[in-house]
Amino acid sequence: MHLGLDEPVRECQYNQICTRNSSPMETLSHKKKRTPRRKWQIFPGRNRFYCNGRVMMARQTGVFYLTLVLIMVTSGLFFAFDCPFLASNLTPAIPVIGGVLFLFVLGMLLRASFSDPGVLPRATPDEAADLERQMDAANGSSGPGYRPPPRIREVVINGQTVKLKYCFTCKIFRPPRASHCSLCDNCVERFDHHCPWVGNCVGKRNYRFFYLFILSLSFLTIFIFAFVITHVILRSNRSGFLNALKDSPASVLEVVVCFFSVWSIVGLSGFHTYLISSNQTTNEDIKGSWSTKRAKNNYNPYSYGNVLTNCCAALCGPLHPSLIDRRGFIQPDTPQPLSHSNGSGLYPSTQNHTHMAAATPLLHSDPVMMGRAGPPPSGKTSLGGPCSSLAPSQPSLPSSMPGLGCAGDMLTLRDPDAHCHHHHFVSPEEMPSPLGPSSLVLPFAAHGGHLNPAQLYDPASQDSLHEDSVRGLVKLSSV
Amino acid sequence: MPPPPQFPFHNLQELRHSASLATKVFIQRDYSEGTVCRFQTKFPSELDSRIERTLLEDTVKTLNTYYAEAEKMGGQSYMEGCLACATAYIIFLCMETHYEKVLKKISGYIQEQNEKIYAPRGLLLTDPIERGMRVMEVSVFEDRGSSGSSLSSSATSGGSAQR
Repeated sequence: MHLGLDEPVRECQYNQICTRNSSPMETLSHKKKRTPRRKWQIFPGRNRFYCNGRVMMARQTGVFYLTLVLIMVTSGLFFAFDCPFLASNLTPAIPVIGGVLFLFVLGMLLRASFSDPGVLPRATPDEAADLERQMDAANGSSGPGYRPPPRIREVVINGQTVKLKYCFTCKIFRPPRASHCSLCDNCVERFDHHCPWVGNCVGKRNYRFFYLFILSLSFLTIFIFAFVITHVILRSNRSGFLNALKDSPASVLEVVVCFFSVWSIVGLSGFHTYLISSNQTTNEDIKGSWSTKRAKNNYNPYSYGNVLTNCCAALCGPLHPSLIDRRGFIQPDTPQPLSHSNGSGLYPSTQNHTHMAAATPLLHSDPVMMGRAGPPPSGKTSLGGPCSSLAPSQPSLPSSMPGLGCAGDMLTLRDPDAHCHHHHFVSPEEMPSPLGPSSLVLPFAAHGGHLNPAQLYDPASQDSLHEDSVRGLVKLSSV
Repeated sequence: MPPPPQFPFHNLQELRHSASLATKVFIQRDYSEGTVCRFQTKFPSELDSRIERTLLEDTVKTLNTYYAEAEKMGGQSYMEGCLACATAYIIFLCMETHYEKVLKKISGYIQEQNEKIYAPRGLLLTDPIERGMRVMEVSVFEDRGSSGSSLSSSATSGGSAQR
């Protein structure tokens, strides 16, 4: 599917359907009879879809509108008040270049915000069950020597050992460089960070748009800043400084906005240029995954060795298609992925109900319970204690990162209690995925290894939602 | 090794309607070469009695070469990337990306393989793109006449495949 700019603008009616809305079942079933439903309507993540699935954004879009407003107002003022003077006194090329830059910035922003960042669809119930079986088998068998716990798989990439972690929400082993965004509740491939200014995650599919956006915005900001100053200076030469300001009051506002933006945007562009040239993601850089401080022979296995190839790969590499097929129609016989991670009871359609009841893997039921029921009951696994104490702590960002435009705001935007859905269990790696410094990256393996399956089979302490899952599990395990 | 059971299915529709799904075997991704799309060529033991090793391995190897071609970073993909950037990516409204073209080839190939090789053996390959490129799903069907194999994992797949 092509995410064109013109298409949605032309024909969209903004059906803002929040997929997490508890739309009553009668409306859904009523709709089902009339029109075939599209897959975005039952998408399990915490995303918003507009224009019948063509546009995909994160849940919180307030800051995105702020970005739009800032860019459009500043540019609008520039074109309205400064450009006429500059065009007539200097050269008409100025508004032309400014216009081209402005359109490019807007295009890249919309492209970065509206496209799928590379979300990995959740596992179908069959896959999840198959993985569970493999992990149980690995758990049960004992062998000498070190073996990573079943919830971690190790793979050697280019001579470097990389750990693939199991995502409890999506029920998959995450590919290398993928990470789970807790704000959007999705695993995203080549996860960079969640950007509130863009209103979306930045991942494999939209990283180049994001980078081009901040790069072109840097140029635009510097451009506007420089020419507004020029305008004021030229006017001051003619009629004095105060008169110049009186004649074009908008210039003051523009200068202020641009001045503050330049530092953060240019800094961020520089930072991402560094990341691109070394083929790292923000996530990896913050965690120090490939830094030599971790291990002497640590190196980035994904880097191509030279800066030019890394840049070309990031910016001009092949554009991967979206894996989630938002606008496809739901086929009645295809397996739908498990869509609840937090037990808040999202039953998007009747056929999912049977899947979820029967197939919620045993490993998930306990962590979810922990999240919802407050302090985990004693006698539950050791997963609960240390992790829950870590969860609320706010990580501190390393000071080495300049221009904390995006990453800095993620701290302020985390409203952990506003959504009931936020209480889904997050592993220490999962939660502050873009934020977590290495101190928070627990050896989750250690906890995973302590899980005692017997303790999880405790139907009495499950709520009604999970009773079904447990029954299903008992059925599974008895086979 | 006993010969694989012969199924009198000449097309996939027949297979779906006349046979019952017994189990699904998943061929996982091979990440040893990084994040490029590759599937493991290790033969799953559950299919030992259903299909010859070489056939499945050949299919997987061919698919791996297709994916490698789709993700190849060379002159053509750079040209496409630069051209797209220069037109602010509007060009993709009219033109398919190289990746999408290869994906179409892949789905044609899988369809052909299913019809020629897998359906007669009571198997069905699912295009990995329908599973988010995580796994290659091989559905194993049993003839309805034979006593149903234990629907072990079909507690989960029952809702989806049983008719």
